[in-house]
Parts: sequence; C-alpha cells; structure tokens
Amino acid sequence: MSEAADDSPSIGVDQWVARSGDRRDQGSGWRKLLGQAESRIGWWQRLALVTLFGLIVGQLLNNVNVQTVAFNSLLYAILSLGLNIAVGWAGLLDLGYIAFFGFGAYGYAVFSSTAFGSDGSGGAHLPAIESIPIVLVAAGIVGAIIGLIALRLSGDYLAIVTLFVGQAFMEVVNNVDPGTLGGVNGLYGLDPLHSFGGKIESPLGFYYLALIITAALAAIMHLLDTSRTGRAWRALRDDPLAAAAMTIPVKKLKVMAFSFGAIVGALAGTLFAAQQDTVFPTNFTANVLILIYACLVLGGVGSIAGAIMGGLVVTIGEQMLSSPNDAGYLFYGLILIALVVRIRPWRKLGAVLAGVLAIGFAAHGIVSAISSSAVAGSPGSGGWIGSALRDYVIVPANPATYGNILYVVLICALVAIVRLHGNRRLLAVIPTVYIAACCWESRLIVNPSITTQIMIGAILIVTMAARPQGLLGTARVETVQP
Amino acid sequence: MTEFIQTIVNGLTTGCLYALIALGYTMVYGVLKLLNFAHGDVYMVGAFIGYFVMHWFGGPTAIVIPVPLLLLIMFAVASIGCGLLGVAMERFAYRPLRDAPRIAPLITALGISFMLENTVLLLFGGFTRSYQTESFVSISSGIHLGGVTIDTVQIMIIVVSLLMMLGLQQIVHRTTLGKSMRAVASDREAAEMLGINVNRTIALTFFIGSAMAGVAGVMSGLAFDQITNTIGFLAGLKAFTAAVVGGIGSVPGAMIGGIVIGLCESFSLSYISTEYSDLIVFGILILVMLVRPQGIFGRPPLQKV
Repeated sequence: MSEAADDSPSIGVDQWVARSGDRRDQGSGWRKLLGQAESRIGWWQRLALVTLFGLIVGQLLNNVNVQTVAFNSLLYAILSLGLNIAVGWAGLLDLGYIAFFGFGAYGYAVFSSTAFGSDGSGGAHLPAIESIPIVLVAAGIVGAIIGLIALRLSGDYLAIVTLFVGQAFMEVVNNVDPGTLGGVNGLYGLDPLHSFGGKIESPLGFYYLALIITAALAAIMHLLDTSRTGRAWRALRDDPLAAAAMTIPVKKLKVMAFSFGAIVGALAGTLFAAQQDTVFPTNFTANVLILIYACLVLGGVGSIAGAIMGGLVVTIGEQMLSSPNDAGYLFYGLILIALVVRIRPWRKLGAVLAGVLAIGFAAHGIVSAISSSAVAGSPGSGGWIGSALRDYVIVPANPATYGNILYVVLICALVAIVRLHGNRRLLAVIPTVYIAACCWESRLIVNPSITTQIMIGAILIVTMAARPQGLLGTARVETVQP
Repeated sequence: MTEFIQTIVNGLTTGCLYALIALGYTMVYGVLKLLNFAHGDVYMVGAFIGYFVMHWFGGPTAIVIPVPLLLLIMFAVASIGCGLLGVAMERFAYRPLRDAPRIAPLITALGISFMLENTVLLLFGGFTRSYQTESFVSISSGIHLGGVTIDTVQIMIIVVSLLMMLGLQQIVHRTTLGKSMRAVASDREAAEMLGINVNRTIALTFFIGSAMAGVAGVMSGLAFDQITNTIGFLAGLKAFTAAVVGGIGSVPGAMIGGIVIGLCESFSLSYISTEYSDLIVFGILILVMLVRPQGIFGRPPLQKV
C-alpha cells in the first residue's frame, strides 16, 4: 500500500526524494527480485491477501480468550484508522477522538437496550441495520460541529479544546440523565448485534465482522488517501497557509476530517458496545485515548497499513504483558532486538551481550556471598525464563522498595545513555540492561497494568524521538518552521 | 451577601493556584510555542514532594521543626525538585524535537504526562493520601469579617502566589534572563544570532515554570488535603484554560486568567451545580476562543510565511 511503489508520477511526492529511497532500497540479488515482485502487486490484491490471511487465522483460533484478543486488536486497528484521518492526514491533533468512540458505544447502547423504556422494560431495541447508521450519521454531525468550533483554532489550541471535549463527554455520561445513560453504572444487558433475523454473539463472529469492517475501511481509506480530498488534506497538514493560497478549501476540509474521523470512531464504538454487551464511562477515559495514539504513532502517522499494524501490535503486546509467562518474551525480545539493530559491528554486539551475562552472574554471586536474604526472592517471570534467571537477577525477599529504587535508577541510566556516545555508550548499556532485568523481575512484571501504561507512554516518547514516521510510515520532508 | 463574598474569597484562592500553574504553561508556550501537556503532572509531582517532605520531618501530627520553617522547606524542595524535573523533560524529550513537525512534541508531551502519572502510581500506589493540614496548621485562626472567613491556608496561598507573580514579573522585565526570555520568545533564531544562549534560556524557563507548579502543588495539597496521582490532569486542563483566557504567552494574562477561572468555578460550584462546574469552565474556554481567540491580554498572532 505504499505510494512510492509504482513508477507513475504521483502528486504530492517530491520525485527526487521518492527516487532516492528507491535507489537505496532496491538493492541487488534476491532483495531486488522480491522488491520487483512486490511492486507488481496492486494495493487491492495485497489487501485481499491480508484479509484472506485474517480469515485463515480466524479458523485457527479455537480459544474464546484468544478470539477476544483478536477482536480487540482489530477494534484498535479501526480506531487508529479513524484517528489517522484527522491526525495523520489533516494534521489536526484531535484529543477528543475518544468522545466519538464513546458516542458510538453509547449510541448503540441506548438503541439496543431498555434505556428509552420505563421501569426496566420497553426501550427501542432497534436492529443493528437501523441503529448503527443512525449513530454514525449523528456522530458525523457532532464531529462536524466540533470541527466548526475547531476552525477558529490552530494546532495547540485545537488539541486542548478537543481534550476538553473528551472530558466533557465523561461529565455528560456520568452526570446527565442517569435514567437513560446509566450514570457511573453504565448501561448493561444490550441486545446482541441483530439484523434480518440473524445475530452475532460469539467472539469469533465479532472477529470476522471486525475483519470485514477493517478490510472495507482500509480500502475506503486508500481510495480517500489517493483522492483529491486526501491530497488536499495532506497539503493542509504540510502548510495550511500555502494550501489556502492554492484555493484549497481549508475550512471545509478541516470539518470533513473531524466528521469522517468521528464516523469511524463511532463505528468502532458500536462494535465495542455490541461485543462487550455493556458500556461504562470508564471505557472512555484519557488512558484509552493515549492507547489509540500509541497504536497510531507506533504504526506510523499517516499510513493506513501502519495504523492497522499499530493496533495489532499494541493490543497483542498489552495482552502479552498481562501474563507473567509471556511478558518475558516481549521484554527480553525487545531488548535483544534493540541491541541487535543498534549495535554494529557483530563483535561489539557479542562483547556487549557477553558483558550483560557476565555482570549479572558476577553481581548475583557477590551479593549472595555477602547476604543470602538479598537474593531470597524469585524472579517475577514464570516459565523457563523465570528459572533461567534465578541465578542471574538480584531479587530480595520483599522487592517493592528495592524495585522502586531500581526503577528510578533505570530511568536515570536510560537518560544517561542518550547523552553518551561511542564506546562509552556501549559500556553504559551493559549495566543498564542488567538493571532493567532486575527491575523488571522485581517490580514491573508484578504490576502488569501499570507497566503497560508506562510502556505506552514510553512508546510515544521514544517513537517521536527515534523514528517519528513509526514502523510503516514514510518520512516526510519537512519545511523549516518559521 | 456573606455567601457571595465567601464565594469570591474561595474563587480567589483556587484562582491563584490556577494562575501559578498557568504561568508555567504560558512561559513555555512563549519561548517554545509548545503546549506542555505534562505541566499538570509536574504540579502533581510537587504535591507529592511536599507530602513526603512533611513526613520526613515527623508527619502531620508530630512535626519536629517549627511549622513556618517546615512550610518553607516544603516549598523549597518541591520547587527545586519540580524545576529539575522540568529541565530534564526539556533536555531529553523536547529539545531533540525542536525542529520536528508541530505535532511531534505534542505527542511526546502526552507520553511524558502519561509516564509521570503512572510512575507515581507505580512508586507510591494509587490510593488517596491526605496532608492532614488541620493537625499542624491552625486553619480556623484566620481573618473573620462578619460571616466571611479567610482561613490561614487561604491567606498563605494568596500571599505566596502574589509574591511569586510579582517576583516573576520582576525577573521577566528587570533581569538579563528576562530580557533573553523575551528575545527568544519573539524570535529564536535572531536571538541566537545576537549571542543569547537559547538552550540555557529555554531550560531556565522550564525551571521557573515547573518550580511554580511545584509550589502550587504543595499549596493545593495544604488547601484541598487530598492528593492522588491523577490530580494533575484536570488542574492542568483548567490552568491551560486560564492561560488561554488571559492570552497565552502573556504573564499578567495568565494571572488574571487564573483568577477569572477560579472565580467562575467557585461561583458555579456554589450557585449553579457541583456536577457541571467543569463543563462551565469548558464553556468559557469555547466562548473565549470564539469571541477573542487571542485572550484578554494577548495580541493577535501574526502569521509569518
């Protein structure tokens, strides 16, 4: 789905810059052949392949929990696709996006429950084919209204006003009309997703539905991205003043971006409410918003494939973190990948890895010789990782305070590494990795929910500093800010 | 009438706190054109630092040093701690992004805010801590005029905030640092060419702004008694509103804006509804944005091509 792949001149991409990437990436031998084969496949063929893959995966998922995780990852993929419209294409930092997600969920909920009835009976109970379009149209209108307010505001002001929109949504669902919206208790006992006599209730059914919606959205997004509107959005993002000078209707496009984003967010909301069977105000806090941002930023702001990829990676990562057996793979795997990617040549990498192993066993040996109670605790990881690390990390019997101190030390060490260069940095990496391992085993893995949040924050900061285009995005040639 | 005056007093107190936080927003925005979302969390960290300093000196019921000295130490430690936190934030997260697209530092700021909030949650737990101010400060022995009470903590907040704002005004207008801050705010590149150490100026701006947020954190702990790791979000949001209402980038604007927001909030709390006070503040923000986007004291921005 990359734009620079085909040879025809494309509007909005500087030809020389586009070609320079090709020249470097084309390579030789099998890489070139693979690249040529890839460039012959059109975007819709790729999408069909990925969707087919998703269908096959669905056939292989036999556990309800895994099916739910698969559904959630697609839900976040849809959410980040919607966020991508305003943030990635139009360049508007929309922090009220979560309100549209909530709007969709609550919209579906009031139409599919006893909310409009009296004394716990009655209610609208609309079929999904009626309720979802109503909710989506309403969301589009609300999005347009907020977009109209946002017209007066540029960049940062917009961010804070939309952040307030999210906050206002929370206030409304918590306080306004508890009879209909359920207040803090939320709405529960929603109808299953039903239309034309059929209904979807099983997690696998929702997974397939989400897969179809994701694929359809990806296709729509691609068409939108390459359309006149998509190009105009990107022009608006890169320089609003120049875009206005080129007679691009800036105001209309901003409102459209908000409105489209709101519709996609609300669609995700209806799916979420139907699958959960309940909606609570706490489903739509700023934490969830930041999670969606993490998906989009990690995958690559402005990239469709990136938005989907980010949703999958972040949700699956979050799920892995919450299980002590799998979290280790994620954490040590990430460290290993980071070391392998960043440290060249191979002999230096070997030396660092050997150093990391040596320092751990040495430190464990010394500390256990001094005091046996200092190493009395066991690593938080389960499985073979836990037993392999038993004689490596230092975990005292009561690790909470020790882990806290290590955490602070770890942050300081990471900050120090950024400042160091060359061989000193390599030397500093060795103890830092060891501290990270000790801190992980003694404190972080014990609190998976907090650790997840910290890592999401870290994803945002690190991605912006190290690779602003994310995993799959294309780097933008920026004009210097005035 | 009594209730009316009491409402004004309460509004002034919270308004002073919002103003102190808003000053940090407005100063950072002035020099960097950056909206530092993490500023509200710096305020939260300040409240926690004050709490732990108080417990270091024996805890609320058994304080081992004179109370005024304790308060002074709390303010000093919180302001230095938060100031250093602000400098570190600028140095390691924002400085590498100075020439990046506008959206990048905003996303970084979100990440920092999230990390600070959850780091405090990890280190100190998510339960509510109480300053128990009444057990070491005789709150009720304030000023009584008719039925209106201005308690000790309120007096302290108003006096300390006014002193700090006056001090800041002096720094900005009378010192070399203030001059370089204004120069960097109006044109960073030109300032650099004229030999102003831009990095140092920006770092010091972060230091001063965050230090004031730290003091505000301690004072809010003393006044509202309860602190958790999430108090920064809403306080930061309202303080930002204050900065915008006053005109972002303007120091007196932030002070007036803070007091305006504080008064609005306290009036809606006592006369309209406790539940919708946040929505009312939000409504004011929208109104100001629509009617006078540059705020009370701000100048309309000139867009350079």
